[in-house]
Amino acid sequence: MAIAERPAQRGTAPQPGAGSGSDGAPLEFHVFKGIPGEEQGEVTYRVPPVTGMVVLDAIHWIQKHVDTDLACRWNCKAAKCGSCSAEINGMPRLMCKTRIDDLPDGPITVRPMTAFPLIKDLVTDVSHAYEVNRRIPQFTPAADEPSPFVIQEMDLERIYEFRKCIECFLCQDVCHVLRSHDLQEQFYGPRFFVRVASLEMHPKDTVDRLEAVRTEGGLGYCNITKCCTEVCPEHIHITDNAIIPLKERVADRHWDPLRAVSRLLLGKR
Amino acid sequence: MTVRGAEVAGSGKGASAGDAGVTTGVLARLRRDAPWWLLPVTVVVVLGGFIVYSIWASTTGVGEARNAPYLSPLYSPGWLANHIPVFPGLLCILVPIAFRGTCYYYRKAYHRSFLWDPPGCAVPELRHGGYRGETAFPLSLNNLHRFALYGAVVYIPILAFDAANAFSLGGHLYLGLGTAIMVLNVVLLAGYTLSCHSLRHLVGGSVDCFSCVRFGRQRYGAWRGVTRLNVFHPTWAWVSLFSVWAVDAYVRMLNAGWFTDPHLLFR
Amino acid sequence: MIPESYDTIDCDVLVIGAGGAGLRAAVAAGEAGCDTVVVTKSLLGKAHTVMAEGGIGAALGNVDPRDNWGVHFADTMLGGQLLNSWRMVEIFAQEVIDRVYELERWGGLFDRTPDGRISQRAFGAHTFWRLAHVGDRTGLELIRTCQDRAVHAPNVTVHMEYTLTTLLKDGDRVVGAAGYRRNDGTFVVFRAKAVVLGSGGWGRMYKHTSNSWEGTGDGAALAYRAGAELLDMEFVQFHPTGMIWPPGARGILVTEAVRGEGGRLYNSLGERFMERYDPKKMELSSRDVVARSIYKEAQAGRGSPHGGAFLDVRHRGAEYIRKRLPSMVEQFHALASVDITTEPMEVGPTIHYTMGGVRVAPETGATTVPGLYAAGEVSGGLHGANRLGGNSLGDILVFGKRAGEAAATEVAGRAHVAVDERQVEAEQRALLAHLDPHEEGENPYLLHEALQEAMQDDAGIARTEESLTRSLHAIQELCERAPRMRVGGRRILNPGWHTCRDVVNMLVISEAIVRSALERRESRGSQWRLDFPDLSEEQGRVNYVTDDGGDGMRIRAVPREPIPPRLQRLIDEELALRAVTTIPVRPDQRIEGPAVAAVGREA
Repeated sequence: MAIAERPAQRGTAPQPGAGSGSDGAPLEFHVFKGIPGEEQGEVTYRVPPVTGMVVLDAIHWIQKHVDTDLACRWNCKAAKCGSCSAEINGMPRLMCKTRIDDLPDGPITVRPMTAFPLIKDLVTDVSHAYEVNRRIPQFTPAADEPSPFVIQEMDLERIYEFRKCIECFLCQDVCHVLRSHDLQEQFYGPRFFVRVASLEMHPKDTVDRLEAVRTEGGLGYCNITKCCTEVCPEHIHITDNAIIPLKERVADRHWDPLRAVSRLLLGKR
Repeated sequence: MTVRGAEVAGSGKGASAGDAGVTTGVLARLRRDAPWWLLPVTVVVVLGGFIVYSIWASTTGVGEARNAPYLSPLYSPGWLANHIPVFPGLLCILVPIAFRGTCYYYRKAYHRSFLWDPPGCAVPELRHGGYRGETAFPLSLNNLHRFALYGAVVYIPILAFDAANAFSLGGHLYLGLGTAIMVLNVVLLAGYTLSCHSLRHLVGGSVDCFSCVRFGRQRYGAWRGVTRLNVFHPTWAWVSLFSVWAVDAYVRMLNAGWFTDPHLLFR
Repeated sequence: MIPESYDTIDCDVLVIGAGGAGLRAAVAAGEAGCDTVVVTKSLLGKAHTVMAEGGIGAALGNVDPRDNWGVHFADTMLGGQLLNSWRMVEIFAQEVIDRVYELERWGGLFDRTPDGRISQRAFGAHTFWRLAHVGDRTGLELIRTCQDRAVHAPNVTVHMEYTLTTLLKDGDRVVGAAGYRRNDGTFVVFRAKAVVLGSGGWGRMYKHTSNSWEGTGDGAALAYRAGAELLDMEFVQFHPTGMIWPPGARGILVTEAVRGEGGRLYNSLGERFMERYDPKKMELSSRDVVARSIYKEAQAGRGSPHGGAFLDVRHRGAEYIRKRLPSMVEQFHALASVDITTEPMEVGPTIHYTMGGVRVAPETGATTVPGLYAAGEVSGGLHGANRLGGNSLGDILVFGKRAGEAAATEVAGRAHVAVDERQVEAEQRALLAHLDPHEEGENPYLLHEALQEAMQDDAGIARTEESLTRSLHAIQELCERAPRMRVGGRRILNPGWHTCRDVVNMLVISEAIVRSALERRESRGSQWRLDFPDLSEEQGRVNYVTDDGGDGMRIRAVPREPIPPRLQRLIDEELALRAVTTIPVRPDQRIEGPAVAAVGREA
């Protein structure tokens, strides 16, 4: 559904990468534009191709030469900050890391994330994520734990992976609990299960977040369909290494009568 | 956008949530990058086929499922199958069914393919409202996966015993194609069972600090080992499903007289 | 209708910028009991700090017990060609150790030594293995840890995606700031008893830069317009290794950790050319030297196909590379289709860091304007003429904390000052002038591009009087065109409109860079003058200070403070050590000769 077609104003400026990339037929982009409560839809742009081009390059070209007010969020353009999340051909991805030559031929659709409320064009309101993060108690070592810590790498091995998270929120976007069922109030979402897992598995942390992650975090809403893992640009095994271990820890407490008996008998946690 | 320091954040979606959305119809949001429906369709056909097959197979009685020295895993342990009057096969495989039904991999498979929750990543769902995930009965029973694991572990020696039996016929060493299939089946089932997420948790995943607990290094080693297998848990799940089916079908084909078992008998 | 109504937000301490420095300052001020507000142009946790990869230089002595703060002090001073503020370096080298351990106590993870302590790696021009790190994403770890600490800190509020465009003053004193919310374009005013700038550096006025879009020098421009002095503006660091192919990826950083982990540089003839330029330190020479070496090789026709050099780490083996440099593996795989475990990388210099910045008092981060503090990359003085890799993450922690604490001390007993409506009105008028859907004007993006052209070629890695003058003229011409920048659309999240102010800020900073570079008639650190290729003893005794002279930008030579004998001794000892060994010294390497006794003694 295009509300307009805007051919690139070729000739108004040097073509991107002129002389440094390959030429070819212009690429067709269908980019979502709009503001809540107003006319919205996809606008067609034709963008000259450049060798090794990523989707964000095309958006920048459009901003520079066609639509100076096309809004998108981006910072580093090196897949390290996690700002330029969008849905490219319907799949949640980072625009800075999606190479045009990895996409099938034909028009390329770029839309904002679905699970977050739209602000404008490709930019959504991700404040929900920051609010969830505030609810998760921070790392808290024992007050008498001597500093500097002595920790074996073996004990941090699992957590290193979780700390790779760049908070692009693509996992939150793709998760059907948030995306299709709108359970924002009852569900932390994959990114924050990763966060909780990184804290819970830290050898020096003393706070217990399991009850919170089971109740207000809605861990049980996750049905292990693993889309979060599929979209993660940092290749974090969100489901296998964070969510399932958390579910197992919750099962230790709530679904394991054998452990309950042993807890009673031995008086251990 | 503001994150306030001391106050407890309340709202979920921002103020512009309700009136906005990005929807311009389901079609506009459909994924255009890959045939996402291929996976669920395959799973429905294969897994559904297996379910139908095993229900049928379990009604035929143990006679159809035994061809000395072979025994179908669907009727193992054999002594138990002999004492069950109705659906003997199905009752024998209740534990394996529970193990697979609560398995973290099969949960993904059936949630996507049969329940369409969701049918594919970033694919819109047909159903709106009322989603409870695994917080409500019966899916909450998935939390009992570890108990199914305890049972499934018992099946490995039982099936190994059956496979060992397949090496002897009338007191002589017997090496048949069926023997090989049964041994392979035990290996694959063991791989599937030992790569279980719950096992991974039990052997070491529950430990925060390996270097602080008794037998920590050993538990770390066990956890690493299970983790290595666990990466291929979906693969184990599928190949072991096929091997169970293969043994059962092989026995039935022998019984039906389609061909004779290629074998060596050492008298 | 101007002045348009605006929200006023009151706080004790206003922190501008939410990178490592801003967040560390906010935590310090918040924990001191001040009502603290952090304002950031981006989302929280996206600041340029995430791009820092190699590690935090701190003389923990975990890997090599011979290391101590005195050696770190000497390395930093020598790296900065002695133009650094010695007092800042002294504070830095001493305190960064505690800041690293503090980060660990806040939940930050580091790679560990076999005995469970924080591991350290070798890095360019650091004598010993010194960089505490976690893989090649130490900056991400730092900002995530500080971010979490800040959002859970008492009294700290974070406002995301606000742009502050001017500091508000009451007489000489900074009493707040004004700007707009990016997401809806509404105006906002912050009244504060003290303001801390933690707004980072500037690289976006160059074409090939590892900086994110935020690196437009807003903080320094705000400070300059508020009357603050800027220091050492000529020193802009080229990181030797940025990606150069494909074109879209040009400038993206390739971490120095690649060389720290043993990566070697080759030219198109297969020569390990660093043997020619620094046979002792080789690839781990200081950044200015390596960057110039690559540039010279390319100029001599021995460059890689796209005008750089080859960086090769294959000899370390695929498994080691994947463990130690995972994000480099991913980056080259995704953006360039290069598998760095089996192929060399093609790299070239990219604008990376700005040593210069707002002139501050070493102990407090106080600028020359009352009520205004600065910490991190936006401030100047710590790094002198060239920053050592691994010293920026320590910088933001040490001086972020100090600035936050100093600001917190200053606000005690102060009251808010009424907002001067005229200042707000003037600012609103200036901002809204660019937004006019009916009037044709200059395209801010194309102006930005023109500025990048002028800076990249003429005020870049190799400079001459002639090129700098050309660059200055180009900047002046752009300054004349800048008021005519016009964009359409509305104020709701309008990137074209936002870019207009970015360009204005970048023009101010670019002018300061070029004018300072013209004054410094010598080659020192990152400043490489083809017409003055040598060090000048006379110019080595001064820093150039930039401020608003009333009728335009003014550059003054200010004598640098002499280094006290107790610290000079540390430098002399380090020089004696370097005379007998190559650095970095391997942990298992014995040092022979007279320097052994000196170095390693607790300074």
